Amino acid sequence: KQWYQRRVRAGKGGVGKSTTVAVLAGTLASSGLSVGVLDADLCGPSLSRMIGLKGSIHSCEQGWLPLSASVGKGRISAVSLSFLVENQDEAVIWRGPKKTAMIKQFLSDVCWGALDYLLIDTPPGTSDEHMTIMEAIPNCSVVLVTSPQAVAAADVLRQVTFCKKTNANVLGIIETMSGFVCPNCSDCGLLFGKGGGKRLAEYCNIEFLGYVPIDPNLSRLLDRGELFKNFQSSASIQSYTEITKKLIKP
Amino acid sequence: MIEPENVPDSCPGPSSEGAGQMDGCAGCPNKQACSTGQFRTDTSPAEVLASLQCVRNKIVVLSGKGGVGKSTVTAQIARGLAALDLSVGVVDVDVCGPSLARILGVNGQSVHKSAAGWSPVYTLDDIAVMSIDFLLSSEEDAVIWRGAKKNGMIKDFLSSVDWGELDYLVIDTPPGTSDEHLAIVSLLKQAKITGTVLVTTPQEVSLGDVRKEINFCRKLRLPVIGLVENMARYECPKCRTVSEIFPATSGGAQALADSEGMPLICSIPVCPQVGQSGDNGVEGLDIPTEYGILVEQVIRFCDG
Repeated sequence: KQWYQRRVRAGKGGVGKSTTVAVLAGTLASSGLSVGVLDADLCGPSLSRMIGLKGSIHSCEQGWLPLSASVGKGRISAVSLSFLVENQDEAVIWRGPKKTAMIKQFLSDVCWGALDYLLIDTPPGTSDEHMTIMEAIPNCSVVLVTSPQAVAAADVLRQVTFCKKTNANVLGIIETMSGFVCPNCSDCGLLFGKGGGKRLAEYCNIEFLGYVPIDPNLSRLLDRGELFKNFQSSASIQSYTEITKKLIKP
Repeated sequence: MIEPENVPDSCPGPSSEGAGQMDGCAGCPNKQACSTGQFRTDTSPAEVLASLQCVRNKIVVLSGKGGVGKSTVTAQIARGLAALDLSVGVVDVDVCGPSLARILGVNGQSVHKSAAGWSPVYTLDDIAVMSIDFLLSSEEDAVIWRGAKKNGMIKDFLSSVDWGELDYLVIDTPPGTSDEHLAIVSLLKQAKITGTVLVTTPQEVSLGDVRKEINFCRKLRLPVIGLVENMARYECPKCRTVSEIFPATSGGAQALADSEGMPLICSIPVCPQVGQSGDNGVEGLDIPTEYGILVEQVIRFCDG
């Protein structure tokens, strides 16, 4: 296939993988690129809410059609289990084999069209979903996300081992939730510490892509699916823009 | 293996001798599964019951969402109970991301096996801990396992550990509603889960996932102690301004608790000392008092 495939991963939950995918997708699309987004987190498919896409997936002769929207000069097309279920509050209580089958379908049965990038969001861990993706797309590149804490970095270190074992091309590590600037006095509070992601990158000899600060405004936009309407308004977006430049450099 | 619930009235019982092969099985979607006998042969719940017969209360900490603080909450519940001189064990069934051992300061230790089973690792405050962390030779080891293998490990944690007599066994889970969660429910079918604690953060992205978890609990008829909202607010140490780090765009955990008809036990602020002490595996000095409220509620629920 002609497009570049990137996968956003962490070992750890709640560090900002889906946020990173949403913002990276928006940054790339805004500049005129066609970006596909695949949410492989079947039990907790947050991505569709964050990018503001809702609805049901339709089929054509060749397979499933992703939902898509114009973003800036480009386009985002997305596939998520949330487009296939009616009741969004219903738990998806699936064991490994069923999750594996669904992800395989997402990878083989979706008519993505011509894409510049396909970004794949994954759940935390190193299990069925991750193994399935690596087997299906052995040449994909990986972006690792961690928060600053040692507890998070420890999980991501295991993720690095997984990447080594599967010969994945790791592009770098992003440290999210790195500092919070008080809106009143501008004191920078290190709510979850700082530097854990950078130290992990140095330890593993992986490129450190950058810090992203805690940004309540971004959280608000993602909750409301309004990210792409107000793309430049959040402080953390600037950090992600710098990270994106590093990721797409030839 | 969980027996199917969507059975017709004529069902002979998934674990019966003729399961899947009787007249009453015609048209049932589980016919094929039942006829393989898979619901008949699982003795795991009985083994777990025997192993946990001296464990008074089993608490499961859940969230649909990752990174909301399940392991931190598990550790704080355990420490709070231990501080009241109750005997406590914790088991981490997040086999891919076992954070609990580090938070409790016992990561990197080894377990020993005897005729009575594996001996758990004890913390300084006498909490018995079982985690895959103790079975890994290095902190870089990744547990790259599919669901079935994870289930096998979880079964060992519940049936092959010499827990001894415990007032409480607190079980930390990974996010989601998948193999690990089904394993816990199935394995504790006879031993019985005493109560579950659901953890969320205020933003809708979290609440959406936790709603799914609540439906999971409902579907599987798990007793729910209540909801805990974590990282609810942050007070600047310099100017005391309180900020919402993850703004509650849809009413936060209180709105969720109200709509689901369950108590919001407490709303815990972001406390950097909690994170730091978790990273260092020590007991924090300035822990939010909300954790005390949580421990009291757990005890009240279990004793009630």
